[in-house]
Amino acid sequence: MPKMTLSHFEASLLFALLCSVVLGIITKRTDRERFRYAAYCFGCFVAAIFGLSWLMYLGHG
Amino acid sequence: MAENSGKIATVPAAKWGLVVALAWLIPGAGHFLLKRPGRGALLAASVAAMFLLGLMMRGALFQPQTGDLLTTVIYWGGFIGNLMSGLLYLLTFWLGYNQPDLAGHVHDYGTKFLVAAGLLNILAMVDAYEIATGKKD
Repeated sequence: MPKMTLSHFEASLLFALLCSVVLGIITKRTDRERFRYAAYCFGCFVAAIFGLSWLMYLGHG
Repeated sequence: MAENSGKIATVPAAKWGLVVALAWLIPGAGHFLLKRPGRGALLAASVAAMFLLGLMMRGALFQPQTGDLLTTVIYWGGFIGNLMSGLLYLLTFWLGYNQPDLAGHVHDYGTKFLVAAGLLNILAMVDAYEIATGKKD
């Protein structure tokens, strides 16, 4: 099994993408709704990543 | 109508038991059994990708451990999360994967990816259960 080294940003984006796909599939009833919800979840994840990253950066001083 | 409102409609376990068991063992297989191959394939790919990325980042697998409350919750919770990946976890365990819990953000992410794969599979199992019992189309 090859070893993979990712940055915080890459790992959290991959995590967000895979979680968003599953959340989209299981919560909505039509394919269009699923796609939109998955995209919405992914956007929320990314917003949270940037928001928390800035918060930690500014909090760290 | 009023008499029925307090009752919970029960669906025989024979109707959903196999689907849920298969959905646990092979992520996405419950949906394939219910003739939802597109959703099954996406779920299988997502859970497997999450688990394999966790392995490639050399994440640690949890072993059940007791101690204070926090230790018990973390280690048992992590173990159950790992276990819910089904065959992915069982094969990894049987093939001797034994990564110690090392410091470093990549290992840390790997450990979280391995647990998250199991948690995503729980969501897939619940979805398969709801389809099998007719609560969802």
